[in-house]
Amino acid sequence: MSNIEREQLVQVTDYRWEMAPREKMAVPVVIFASRELVEAMDERVFEQARNVAMLPGIVKASHAMPDAHWGYGFPIGGVAAFDPEQGGVVSAGGVGFDISCGVRTLLTGLRRAEIEARAERLADSLAANIPAGLGSKGLIRLNDKEMTAMLAGGARWAVERGYGSEADLERIEERGCMAGAEPDQVSPRARERQRQEMGTLGSGNHYLEVQEVSEVFDEAAARAYGVQEGDVVVSIHCGSRGLGHQIGTEFLKRMVVEAPKHGIQLPDRELACAPLRSKLGQAYLGAMRAGINCALANRQIVTHLTREMFERLFPDHPLRLLYDVSHNTCKEEWHEVEGQRRRLFVHRKGATRAFGPGHRELPEALRPVGQPVLIGGSMGTASYILRGTTESETLAFSSACHGAGRAMSRRAATRKWQGSRVVSDLAARGILIRSPSMRGVAEEAPDAYKDVSEVVESAHRAGLARKVARLVPLICIKG
Amino acid sequence: MSEELRWEHFSHQADIGVRGHGRTPEEAFEAAALALTAVVTDPRKVLPEKRVEIACEAPDLELLLVDWLNALIYEMSTRKMLFRRFEVKLEDGRLQGTASGEPIDLQRHQPAVEVKGATYTELEVKQAGDEWIAQCVVDV
Repeated sequence: MSNIEREQLVQVTDYRWEMAPREKMAVPVVIFASRELVEAMDERVFEQARNVAMLPGIVKASHAMPDAHWGYGFPIGGVAAFDPEQGGVVSAGGVGFDISCGVRTLLTGLRRAEIEARAERLADSLAANIPAGLGSKGLIRLNDKEMTAMLAGGARWAVERGYGSEADLERIEERGCMAGAEPDQVSPRARERQRQEMGTLGSGNHYLEVQEVSEVFDEAAARAYGVQEGDVVVSIHCGSRGLGHQIGTEFLKRMVVEAPKHGIQLPDRELACAPLRSKLGQAYLGAMRAGINCALANRQIVTHLTREMFERLFPDHPLRLLYDVSHNTCKEEWHEVEGQRRRLFVHRKGATRAFGPGHRELPEALRPVGQPVLIGGSMGTASYILRGTTESETLAFSSACHGAGRAMSRRAATRKWQGSRVVSDLAARGILIRSPSMRGVAEEAPDAYKDVSEVVESAHRAGLARKVARLVPLICIKG
Repeated sequence: MSEELRWEHFSHQADIGVRGHGRTPEEAFEAAALALTAVVTDPRKVLPEKRVEIACEAPDLELLLVDWLNALIYEMSTRKMLFRRFEVKLEDGRLQGTASGEPIDLQRHQPAVEVKGATYTELEVKQAGDEWIAQCVVDV
């Protein structure tokens, strides 16, 4: 791969780069990142963002967030909107395998000093009670009827079954239940893959962290969100588990096989997609939305398990949900494009929706400030709470980054670090790690990721979202 | 047979590539499957005690490789097993195969990461000189 794409990038502002449309590109590529981050990006990010710009019905631009890295088809950290009236498409690769993988943050009302003495016990009980890692099984088994109800109801289904309260729902995108889900489009194999996985964290970069608010950047927003320096919060990062992975697998293949039938010329077959106005496109949307509900229900159940553990040790401190964001989605939204309101299908692959102040999707308490944008760091490093901005609507259909993004492959990481050493180094810094797999820990070593602070700084300076608070880990349960 | 299979991983920034080498496409598919297991654990730690039958079908060899790996990922996920020995027969766009392995043992296998799915990224099944190569990136 040459530097051709990189050479075509023009720096427009300190944090905005553009590649003008040429040849088959329908729109430009727009990248939001500092010079340092752009220079460190893999060539493939530019190539993939350019390929996305060639897809039918794409609107305005093919965007890449500051944490963009090489994905499959779409870059991870890619945002692209499609208009069904203009032959727009939906892409299974543009959503990814882990449908609606996301982060939620819970407020504990505890201060760091209050948990310190019981941190080891808390870490052990969380590790013992929250199924994590490969081969782990959830405690809840769903029969087919309940599975269907879960796929239609999302976190709302979970709350109705006693996992959490009504108050949680308004702090979740879509009020906890993605409309338009079609459980019938979810295959028996996808259901089977989920049978033992409700209420599990998964593996890889998924985690549950107990964190301390180490710094507040925006006092007013922090107050509205209910966080102040020294507070303890819990963040949970997981997704739609086996069900989402199987939906992704099956529709990716169907889209590859059917692309010629729809007359779609793909620059690369991993960009497999289907017209929004096709049977296959609609079937995928129905299944993918059911996958979103599965992720929301899963995070709700993991939250319930977390609350149970906290209640035993800190009975006077109920955990309140600050917010729940999803990373890998395609959502139908209204956006203003050149003065016109248009109904678009926005793909966010490894990117967070970030609605600004006043957005009607936000619950009343958050509306004056904007949506909490929760950015997970890598193991042992900082995470951030940001807030959505008004200008993000014009910049990137109200989207922001989602995390640090890998800087090093898993293979390179295992050659460089030993899991047990990573755990003891972090323990020396006061961070307790619990994981069933030391090799998994090595692959997730903090330095295998980009510096999340630089990614967040770029998002902040580009105006995609504004910094509210920084979180540092105290306990990390790794899958 | 599987013991002699030649496989390797190749780098992908976020994920990992699996590549199998073989004298025939069948052998390259078997080796790619072993590379898939190696994403999760050291295959030498896996005992080939229980055999699972696998069948898939696709319009071409490359799509068939993705299907084969995805079928293995499905069996790993639903049976909570890891596989070490593979047999593949290819005929007219159809694959008939077996995978032998055992249930995951967290202590012994130290599984690094769960594989979510095989992708079309860097997907190739080709003859290079006197050997076959079968490869793609898997999402973890």
